[in-house]
Amino acid sequence: MALTTLILGLVLGGTYALLALGLTLQYGIARIMNLAYGEFTLVAAFCLVALFQGAGIPPLWAMIAVAPAGYAVGWALYAVMMRPLVTRAGNSGRLEVDSILATFGLLFLIQGVLLVVFGANFTSISYLDQGVRVLGVSVAANKLIAFGICAVVGGGLVLALHFTRWGLTLRAVAQTPGSAPLVGIDVNRMARQGFALGTALAAVGGASVAMHQTFSATGGVVFTMKALVIVIMGGVGNIGGALVAGLALGLVETFVATAIDPGLTLAATFAIFLGVLLWRPQGLFGRG
Amino acid sequence: MLKVVPFLALIALIVLAAVPFAVSDYGLGLLIGAVTYVTLASAWALFSGHTRYISLATVAFYGTGAYTVAVLNEVLPYWAVLAVAALIGGAMALVVGLATLRLAGVYFVIFTFGLAELVRQLITWYEVNVTGTLGRYIFLDITARGIYWQMLGLAAVTIALTAYIQRSRLGLALKVIGDDEVVAAHSGIHLARTKLVAFAASAVILTLAGAIASPRWVYVEPAIVFNPTVSFLTVIMALLGGANRLWGPALGAVPLFLIFEFLSAHFPDTYSIFLGLLFIGVVFALPDGVLAGLDKLKAKRTQPKERTA
Amino acid sequence: MINTPRLRALKRAVLGTALALGSASILAAADTVTIGYAVARTGANATGAGITTIPNYELWVKDVNAAGGLTLPDGSQRMIEVVEYDNRSSNEDLVRAIERLASQDKVDLILPPWGTGGNLAVAPLFARFGYPQLAVTAVTDKAPDFAKRWDRSFWMLGGGHDYAAGLVDTLKAAHEAGTINNKVAVVSVADGFGIDLIKGARPAFKEAGFDLVYDESYPLGTSDFAAILSEAQGSGADSFVAFSYPPGSFGMVKTAQSMGYNPPVFYIGVGGAFPIFPKIADGKPTGVMAIGGGDADSPAIQDYFARHTEVIGTPPDSWASAITYASLQMLAQAVERVGLDHEALAQEISTGTFDTVIGTVKLEDNQLRDLWWTGQWQDGAFRAVNPADKAGASVPVIPKPEW
Repeated sequence: MALTTLILGLVLGGTYALLALGLTLQYGIARIMNLAYGEFTLVAAFCLVALFQGAGIPPLWAMIAVAPAGYAVGWALYAVMMRPLVTRAGNSGRLEVDSILATFGLLFLIQGVLLVVFGANFTSISYLDQGVRVLGVSVAANKLIAFGICAVVGGGLVLALHFTRWGLTLRAVAQTPGSAPLVGIDVNRMARQGFALGTALAAVGGASVAMHQTFSATGGVVFTMKALVIVIMGGVGNIGGALVAGLALGLVETFVATAIDPGLTLAATFAIFLGVLLWRPQGLFGRG
Repeated sequence: MLKVVPFLALIALIVLAAVPFAVSDYGLGLLIGAVTYVTLASAWALFSGHTRYISLATVAFYGTGAYTVAVLNEVLPYWAVLAVAALIGGAMALVVGLATLRLAGVYFVIFTFGLAELVRQLITWYEVNVTGTLGRYIFLDITARGIYWQMLGLAAVTIALTAYIQRSRLGLALKVIGDDEVVAAHSGIHLARTKLVAFAASAVILTLAGAIASPRWVYVEPAIVFNPTVSFLTVIMALLGGANRLWGPALGAVPLFLIFEFLSAHFPDTYSIFLGLLFIGVVFALPDGVLAGLDKLKAKRTQPKERTA
Repeated sequence: MINTPRLRALKRAVLGTALALGSASILAAADTVTIGYAVARTGANATGAGITTIPNYELWVKDVNAAGGLTLPDGSQRMIEVVEYDNRSSNEDLVRAIERLASQDKVDLILPPWGTGGNLAVAPLFARFGYPQLAVTAVTDKAPDFAKRWDRSFWMLGGGHDYAAGLVDTLKAAHEAGTINNKVAVVSVADGFGIDLIKGARPAFKEAGFDLVYDESYPLGTSDFAAILSEAQGSGADSFVAFSYPPGSFGMVKTAQSMGYNPPVFYIGVGGAFPIFPKIADGKPTGVMAIGGGDADSPAIQDYFARHTEVIGTPPDSWASAITYASLQMLAQAVERVGLDHEALAQEISTGTFDTVIGTVKLEDNQLRDLWWTGQWQDGAFRAVNPADKAGASVPVIPKPEW
């Protein structure tokens, strides 16, 4: 039973972590607290379903198409909408407030468009949802795929951030946005890249959600919350932290559901989250 | 100038209190909604306006107030229920306030948002497992007018309290904290106590607002009373008007409330698209709130004059 | 249909002129009947309202207007005009919208919102303004009390106890026939609906000799059911029962399929009767039981499904949709018999007998009691299996075929 809990929890955690990767990049590097994050994942999820049902494109291929589209959207959005806010805020703390408000508006906007275009119905596709035996425990193949993508993308990002010059620059912007320009870093460009990359990851996360979960146009905020909890726990902008925090969250939820009471899973999530915030506001793996 | 404003406010209050006799039920409903949001936004700004701590816990208190009424309305007389609600709100605020003293910036924002969710989850779990009744009924003989007058009174108290605090040492201390906490600490301000007092005062009002509004809903369950939209709307309204001004939150709340009402009536399908565009527009066009925008306009036309609060 | 007062006046004028020009004999019909409703277009309730409530309101208005409008006792016909507001899934906004419809727009009739909470929130208002309230999408055990408290309110979907008892009844028959053991694993969503059902189910199961080997609730918003289902699978129960809401109902089915969990009885709550369900179940819905049901062989229902599909684009759900449409047919027939006076209308709805898509309907103590409690997917349709002695009931298939 313990093994079942462990495996189910890890797989669940993988799907959570995948959802959180994009947000941690957006907030960590671009300093944009994107409350419409969940809506971005939903847009990707709906696109995937439309491509699958309308054009018969297999979801895994669609996912590959969705990621660059997400990057482009994120890039444009940053240039048009976020950049003026960043410029206006200067070094004061008001970017946080402004970005929360602006993306909150974006949340409504996207939700409204989704409702008009796709309607209020629950949407779902059946794709690779047969069980796969992992150490004797049956796990849905599409969730395993999400876990795999999470491991590859997350692991790849961790490596890239630590072993490439590009990664070093990004980390510099994330940690000391004030002094990064002093060493010749184009903060604006890096922030735009961070935001765009975050949006691309949101799209990938949404695409994988579409493969293993039922969703509707009004459910985006749930994804945002989950991602936010993980981002804060893992330390803002910390990819590795988000991976670990996502897995931990999956384990905790599964453990609470099996050993204590399924009614307390969400309460446990928030309790741990608030606990981490109080004990280590910089996140479990943040510096400080 | 300083003497005239309270006088005018008093007259406005009397007029507002008499309005229900002249309007339809729907007009009264509109008034209740508008005054409720004036109260929420002003109470929110009481703490957040000067300290710049963006709290998303509004609905945690508002919902707790409503839920208290739902639980106790058949056990205690109405005034006692209100008193209990205020006490619970205050106690919650002290615990939360003490816990969050170390948090600043976006961490505080997220904490307060999580708090609302946690309270909702815990109440749900408690109701399901301990009392076995989720979904409670409020059958109180309180008319819409009664609710309106109570809410109007609470709004008046909130704004008066804000005016008083802004002129007191507490208000000054809050302003300094908002500018720079380190400076505040060095100038001898007791950070923790100052923040706690303001946070608790704000929370008690928010809780009372929920308690007063709840008889209109009849049926209450956690998913209904802990609706996160309330928190967001409150923030937007206060910021639109200008959160650090006495009348700012009220000035933001009334027009926004009316716009929402207009949109949902005339564009039910595309309401949220308009709402989203409006938000974005506000952030870009009126970053410091309407009042500051007006001041800027004035300053452009005339010589800079002394500012009134 | 969106209306501003001015636009409405204009429409009325245009319509009036058109009719007057068309025929002098129907001058009396120059006026229209205004019907208002405030439904959730946005927010958490938008999905539920968008599946069950709004499509049926629109379909009915379209049907009535296509037939020339609502017929009044004197035989004249009046077109229906709709005033619609978005209640944004908030009870505060909902209450205000109803006040607006009643006191500002002064509409002739008001249709109720979607959901138990919403219907309760507006019940005192309907009562105060005197409008009859045909509450369909409200499941509550207190319906008898409410019908007494607000004598113009009508409760048409039964209570949690009814559905729980219906399910236990079905399972008891299967147990007595020796098809399933006496162990039941049950999960319930932690909100008013789930709690009502589980509270009714616990004593009913005990009384029928069942043993609840797994009995837990889970929070609204749970998206992962692997842990819960693996516990249920390990419990040795032949019957898996979930008093669940749509995203959860669907999630459990998908999870059960992927982990190969094949209990002889697989029961889910709301969502099982949705037209989208077979697709969610990857084309293998057969044998799944759920709340609700309909007489899939009745020509009236088949015709209703066809019309709904044609006009709305999707088939209706097989639980509350047909009842929603039936409630509107009752309203139309009552108007035809007694006119638009609210008191007479309420009286007629309460005591009259009506011919609807769900058959002949007569309310008992302002409640619709002649309902289907449990249904099951058989041959591509969601068929009612309980009450087993009601005309049109299908025989339940237990054990359910493997996924």
